Amino acid sequence: MIEVESLTKQYGAVRAVDQITFRVEKGEILGFLGPNGAGKTTTMRILTGFLPATSGTARVAGFDVFEKSLEVRKRIGYLPENPPIYPELSVRGYLDAVARLKQVPSERRKARVDAAMEMARVTEKSGELIKRLSRGYKQRVGLAQALVHDPEVIILDEPTVGLDPKQIIEVRHLIKSLAGNHTIILSTHILPEVSMTCDRVVIINQGRIVTDMPVSTGAQERTGEVVLAEVKPGGGGAQAVRTLLERISGVRSVKLETPDGTGHVQARMECQPGRDLRSRMAAELVGQGHELFELRTSRVSLEEIFLRVTTQEPQGSPAAEAPKAETPAAGAEG
Amino acid sequence: MKGAYAVFRKEMSLYFVSPIAYVAVGAFLFLAGVFFQGILAEATEYSMRAAMQAMQFGTPFEFDVPSQVMRGFFGVCGTLMLFIIPMLTMGAYAEEQRRGTMELLMTSPITDLEIVLGKYAAALSLFLIMLLPTVLQMVIMFRASDPEPPWRLLVCGYMGLVLLGGSLLAIGQFISSITESQVVAVFLTFVAFLMLWVMDFVVRGSSGSVLNALGQYVSILQHLNDFVRGVVDSSSLIYYASLIVLGLFLTLRSLDSMRWRRA
Repeated sequence: MIEVESLTKQYGAVRAVDQITFRVEKGEILGFLGPNGAGKTTTMRILTGFLPATSGTARVAGFDVFEKSLEVRKRIGYLPENPPIYPELSVRGYLDAVARLKQVPSERRKARVDAAMEMARVTEKSGELIKRLSRGYKQRVGLAQALVHDPEVIILDEPTVGLDPKQIIEVRHLIKSLAGNHTIILSTHILPEVSMTCDRVVIINQGRIVTDMPVSTGAQERTGEVVLAEVKPGGGGAQAVRTLLERISGVRSVKLETPDGTGHVQARMECQPGRDLRSRMAAELVGQGHELFELRTSRVSLEEIFLRVTTQEPQGSPAAEAPKAETPAAGAEG
Repeated sequence: MKGAYAVFRKEMSLYFVSPIAYVAVGAFLFLAGVFFQGILAEATEYSMRAAMQAMQFGTPFEFDVPSQVMRGFFGVCGTLMLFIIPMLTMGAYAEEQRRGTMELLMTSPITDLEIVLGKYAAALSLFLIMLLPTVLQMVIMFRASDPEPPWRLLVCGYMGLVLLGGSLLAIGQFISSITESQVVAVFLTFVAFLMLWVMDFVVRGSSGSVLNALGQYVSILQHLNDFVRGVVDSSSLIYYASLIVLGLFLTLRSLDSMRWRRA
């Protein structure tokens, strides 16, 4: 549905997006994850036809986003980071105006506006002026705006920013319910959001794709299970605990930490995927006279992967999304 | 052009819920009314005095009140427009950029040209709505005059005002498209219009040199005078038409550059 190939966007000397390539299949929800300024917004803006790319190609539903921009725009519903609302209009008035802009045929317009309000749960506010709505409702009006022309592709830039936890859950449900009929890309820097809503995640950092993997299985397959233990060492001290744990087959690595005061040792074992070694560890530890206080598995979370791939080798200047930010500094020097 | 109509509809519905349009239109109509009254009173008084003098000396009397009033009033309207129109155009693009709604327009399946034309048509419509009540004053004056002056004069005069307004709107919308701040937009538009206005004074002061002729052609208010005199001069028509086309073209380029420079 969406094919992006070696897409690059250069702002002056800054490369906001650098040779990224990925595909999104029909009906898939792709999470676009990255720290602020990684190039998520820029990529989305290129896909929606708002910005032209410097090089590379992007196709949506088979149409090139640059050559056939209008065809692409017809098929995309887009919620930018700040919902593009007109505060002076009523919710219905606004959505009607958007439906016209999106070229929804007049006989279907009212039904589409109603449907979009229903999906985004703003029906009860349809007559109210948008400026009187809370931040959460404004965000949902923005969401309704992206759905009003029943697009095949939905692109959401940080859709849950500014919502309270209950609203966040509602929006996530909504996004999940849209999958299947719609292809969705959503960007976020909130990690649980990806694991909860997305089928696949693309992690982007400094304009480059650092990871592209399915959400459900990927994390474990790539890195295996992690077991955490809290032990008060008996004879032999911490070193004995380490050697003991390392001997257990299936354990790949052991890390020990000794927080001061307690005399306890925190152990972190990375294990081969698909094996639960906890009972084995417990038996060994207790058998050798160590006192076991806690033993639990910790799945390698997306968070860890995210931190691992985004914190290594901070090279050169970070690819800022806003090259303007550099100007005041330059001015101050001069 | 369905897209242009969608933009037009959206603009109009926003005009009628925002205070700026009401304030600007109200201010224009109030000031225009005050000036109209003043000019009319002055003209009638002058004509009475002239009539009395004519009776004393037994000379034939001729004083054309309606065209005198029209000339004065349309001049005032033109000047007022230099102040009012920046307020009508300042938000056109600046506010959309600030709010991020430009992103909505520019990712909708409509061309940039449709955006520009839709917005321009909406501003022009609001301007016509603003001008409409003044037609009533003129019609009453024309009907009350004896003999009734040629209606052609009125039609030509308004044609001139609409062309002048149309040009100012096109320039104003262009200036609004180059900034994200309404204040900057209104200020720059004022400056641009005042320069056009000052040019008018400079031209009046100097005499028949090449510079004068050039200034005469460039001055935006000079061209209105032809229309008010009941003359549709093709050079004035071309002048205003080119200003409008230039303004819209620059706006279009400005939208295009928004896509390239936007971070």
